[in-house]
Amino acid sequence: MDETFPRIEPLGEAALLVRFAPRLDDAANRTCLAFRASLEENRPEGVVETASSLGSVLVRYEGDGGNLDDLLRERLAACDWARVALPPRRFWRIPCSYGGDDGPQLTEAAAMAGVSEAEAVEALSSARVRVLALGFAPGMPYLGILPDVWDLPRQSGLTPKVPEGALVVAVRQLVLFGTAAPTGWRQVGRTMFGCFDPSRARPVALSPGDEVVFEAVTSAEMQDRAAADADRHGGATVEDLT
Amino acid sequence: MIEVLACGPLVTVQDGGRPGWLADGLAEGGAADRRALEEARALLGHAGAGIETPGAPLRLKLHVNTTVALTGAPMRAAADGRALAWNACHPLPTGTVLDLRPTGEGVYSYVHVGGGLTMPEVLGSRSAHLIAGIGEPLAPGDSLPCAAFAGAARRVAAADRMGGGLLRLLPTPQTRMFSRDAIERFENAMFRRDARGNRQGVRLTSDGQEFATEGQLGLLSDFILPGDVQMTGDGVPYILGPECQTTGGYPRIGSVIAADLPRALQAVPGAKVRFRFVTLAEAQAARPGQPTVEPLTRDPAEVPDLLSLQLVGGVVSAREDG
Repeated sequence: MDETFPRIEPLGEAALLVRFAPRLDDAANRTCLAFRASLEENRPEGVVETASSLGSVLVRYEGDGGNLDDLLRERLAACDWARVALPPRRFWRIPCSYGGDDGPQLTEAAAMAGVSEAEAVEALSSARVRVLALGFAPGMPYLGILPDVWDLPRQSGLTPKVPEGALVVAVRQLVLFGTAAPTGWRQVGRTMFGCFDPSRARPVALSPGDEVVFEAVTSAEMQDRAAADADRHGGATVEDLT
Repeated sequence: MIEVLACGPLVTVQDGGRPGWLADGLAEGGAADRRALEEARALLGHAGAGIETPGAPLRLKLHVNTTVALTGAPMRAAADGRALAWNACHPLPTGTVLDLRPTGEGVYSYVHVGGGLTMPEVLGSRSAHLIAGIGEPLAPGDSLPCAAFAGAARRVAAADRMGGGLLRLLPTPQTRMFSRDAIERFENAMFRRDARGNRQGVRLTSDGQEFATEGQLGLLSDFILPGDVQMTGDGVPYILGPECQTTGGYPRIGSVIAADLPRALQAVPGAKVRFRFVTLAEAQAARPGQPTVEPLTRDPAEVPDLLSLQLVGGVVSAREDG
């Protein structure tokens, strides 16, 4: 397909989709975060919801949409969105137990990346990744972008079930499972982080743009810290970034 | 209060859903047949949250004087053994036992009471969203809070949407990934609603045709909305429902227009559906107006039908009748 970006196209009858890139791209994702934040700050008339994904911003409207398309085009042209500072966000340190029963495919993933298991844990537990998007299940983050060696293809077959809190890797991204589910990504670790809990004051813990380090701890320490965490954040610490 | 006396699987409380959480990965959810919700609202004035049953039988006891609206997939409904017309609302006194049995026509049926069910909202809605872990299916013994309500018996003109048929589609940003030939075959193909389907989506089968695209595996995950027709890796289409994931990496060949989505989700397993692309203007023009309601009177033409239904009801309430 011959396509130029950004593109604005309808998605269904009541939304426009602004796409910034055809593939995973850090600048495009930062653009999504900044552009969506500006739309939220100053919502065009008729707009009822906005959301950002890996490489696009969804703009849902009521009514017939009027000239929303033109208005978005003007806003897009107003500045270089990839250079706009990211909106206020948070920095999380989430305890993670790598390998063994908690990361049954660590060995395989490390071999595919061409590193030892210890090097894989060192690399993954020190990587400061950004929440690129939330999706699949409520509050479930896609994080990245990891260095090239982690451009692992998805498995051709699915793992029938990874547990809630599983940390999986593929295509230069980590995903922290918000629910027990089948996946084609490889499970390298386990956290006790609850991505979504409707009974919490803030049901969805992470926001797109938040930064996360999955610090390596033993399985026992992970369990202990989670048990002491009434918010079901698995013993994570969090601070504001501005 | 309404008491659940008996209840089949996956019967839930649903309302207009929980919009506004797409950025957080939470789909809007809510009633699968939005038209049935509009019909209940037209009948009762204010319908709010009601009960959705995917063809599962249901027996309820009213502990309040209220008016009950029955919309969506027709069920055999009886109040204390007396047959009740579907697509209608009925004032019923406290103590009434309401029996609902599936007829095999359509998938999702709705029971609303005037003023709606009034359990606490979760994130701005009373809809259960089982995949997200919000709410639970109803179970015998459940008490569903609601206030007393006095309303007249009325009927609503409900367009038939239970037998599958033509579903109009809008193009999506991925439609262009499919070859002209694939699109043409898709529009000419007759699909059947597969037995596999739920509030997340409905699988379709065709006669061995596949509609995979080039480069489908490299697609960047992007937003999905209910109504999207997603092609999985093996080229099998799914029509996505109210609890679909919010993003996905499979291409969407098209998106079923809002006017036809109730028909898409009400198609029973085996029902035939086919697709035709339309423009945004056509989709907007196809949106139905407010459902029309009129007083429910006993039309003499319906008496034989009513009598036959009463015979069925009489079987279960022989004691009261005797």
